[in-house]
Amino acid sequence: MNLLDNVWERHKVATLPNGQDQLFIGLHLIHEVTSPQAFQMLEERGLPVLYPDRTMATVDHIVPTADQNRPFADPLAEEMIQALERNTTAYGIRYFGLDSSHQGIVHIVGPELGLTQPGMTIACGDSHTSTHGAFGSIAFGIGTSQVRDVLASQCLAMSKPKVRRIQVDGELPTGVSAKDIILCIIADLGVNGGLGFAYEYAGSTIEALSMEGRMTICNMSIEGAARVGYVNPDQTTFDYIRGRKFAPGDEAFQRAIDYWKSIASPTGADYDDLYTIDASTLEPMVTWGINPGQAIGITKLTPLIADLPEEHREVAQAAYRHMSFAESEPIEGKRIDVAFIGSCTNGRITDLREAAAAVKGRAVAAHVRALVVPGSKQVARQAQEEGLDEIFRAAGFQWRAAGCSMCLAMNPDKLNGNELCASSSNRNFIGRQGSPTGRTLLMSPAMVAAAAVAGRVVDIR
Amino acid sequence: MSPHSDSAQTNAPQITRVDGTAIAVRGNDIDTDRIIPARFLKVVTFDGIGQFAFQDVRIDENGRVTDHPFNNPVYRKASILLANRNFGCGSSREHAPQALMRWGVNAIIGESFAEIFAGNCNALGVPAVTVAQSEIAELMSLVESRPDAKISIDLLAGTVITPNSQYRFQMPAAYLQSLVGGTWDSTALLLQNTEEIRKTAANLPYVARFA
Ligand code: SF4
Repeated sequence: MNLLDNVWERHKVATLPNGQDQLFIGLHLIHEVTSPQAFQMLEERGLPVLYPDRTMATVDHIVPTADQNRPFADPLAEEMIQALERNTTAYGIRYFGLDSSHQGIVHIVGPELGLTQPGMTIACGDSHTSTHGAFGSIAFGIGTSQVRDVLASQCLAMSKPKVRRIQVDGELPTGVSAKDIILCIIADLGVNGGLGFAYEYAGSTIEALSMEGRMTICNMSIEGAARVGYVNPDQTTFDYIRGRKFAPGDEAFQRAIDYWKSIASPTGADYDDLYTIDASTLEPMVTWGINPGQAIGITKLTPLIADLPEEHREVAQAAYRHMSFAESEPIEGKRIDVAFIGSCTNGRITDLREAAAAVKGRAVAAHVRALVVPGSKQVARQAQEEGLDEIFRAAGFQWRAAGCSMCLAMNPDKLNGNELCASSSNRNFIGRQGSPTGRTLLMSPAMVAAAAVAGRVVDIR
Repeated sequence: MSPHSDSAQTNAPQITRVDGTAIAVRGNDIDTDRIIPARFLKVVTFDGIGQFAFQDVRIDENGRVTDHPFNNPVYRKASILLANRNFGCGSSREHAPQALMRWGVNAIIGESFAEIFAGNCNALGVPAVTVAQSEIAELMSLVESRPDAKISIDLLAGTVITPNSQYRFQMPAAYLQSLVGGTWDSTALLLQNTEEIRKTAANLPYVARFA
């Protein structure tokens, strides 16, 4: 029994008539985009929220990061935040709103408050819920009808996925980070490769990562089609959780650790598939196309279409057309217009530290618009205490308030026209950053920072 | 059949077949940002979202209407969408299948679907079935040359039927079962086990905060 088996079994309520399992959800996170319709459905059916204290809300996607005065300049955004305020009040759900010191991107807030814990099932109407798996929880993104299911019953109808163990061993070379590991995995296994699988990330490289690094990896599981990604909990996990707002108190903490250890995959556990990577051979990764699997090492050339498997050729062609890139050319050296550091993938304190180290004492290139958007108010506070905001400002970055920002186009932060953006976020889909012709290069936060300074894509090593 | 008019009720209608004409949207890895761009997610209800399906590929950067099939009036009445591989990848936004459904799509035939997208379709009572790559190619050619070709998805028989051919489709057994059994709207089903829900919760050490 691996961790997924263990957690699944403990949370299984019943077998449903269609053969799916009814799974109890230990923690439900909601935000303003995918919850209003779910509350509306509840209302239409006259249903209450079964376990209001197991749902937590925050606001992130539509939040402006420059001017947060209410009402928001965008009336639609204002309407959405008001709906969340109304619904959380009406149903007695804890809400970390803009006036709370804990507001931020939902996948950053859960862990930093100690809400996210090992051995839990976690659901959220957002595909990057897989982030929380970094703690050894089983966490998945759900649609709005399922948000309704969880609100009404604290359960989901789910089929148990298979588990692929992704074994990453070896020492990470300097300049290579968790983001590069996951971009490499997605490039290798494909954006479709994880369909039906949960990814268990393991091995000495993963064990050596901080919780933040593990979250970056689990976050992007979904970009490889794995709805769930997780890391077995260990001392690093326990140390991260201890003392946080919603963590078990001192006395209960040892009992918590006992439970957390009891659900971890034992040595020799069974898996449906195994994939191994030697981390010591990795280099900084950068995407060249329109999905996160179209990524290469920074010293490599973009692929020749003829060299690609047939089923990838058409998308590669579309990618070259959209990006205005050619086959067999380097991405290193591409002149960028925008640099974005933030998102639930890389908007944590360690990301900001790495980025700050790359810009300290230097200046953003004159033609580059550069933004740092902390993932949460808590991240912002900590960065300010460490003086990181000053480093970024002095270099010419805009220092913004917490939110999803330029990761997606639901707030004022957007690309214009066909701008090329070095981005620490997770999706380079066409139009993702707000301009239908905008172009995104995914990379690690340190690589984004270095690109901002150079004005073009560079190798940080 | 109009399975979606009464989605507010707890008893979902049984969905055993979908008949209609079809529309082909070619391309692998068509993501949910493409199906419904994020700016159209700034809504508190799904009403009216159908008109924005594929918006950014229907209008080009100069504001001109493109030759995207969703712009072609001969397909305006189509109720079956044909797709290629990994359709609906990306975000969990139910706005994507909601937009398609509200545009008029009652079923999707594809080579493969992203998992969350397929689940979202099922939760709306929109069957998302898969056939082989060569078969989807045939289906697409058919509706591109004959937009009025009648296509049926027979969920009980497990087949897609066209005027000239018949194909076996695949779909997760649980989804098929819930559609034909009329249990695809899961809320009521889950609430039938309230006793067991409480029991399961009580056995989880973290629910009582490890007291
Ligand atoms: S930061 Fe981006 S990926 Fe993460 S929750 Fe926000 S919009 Fe989604």
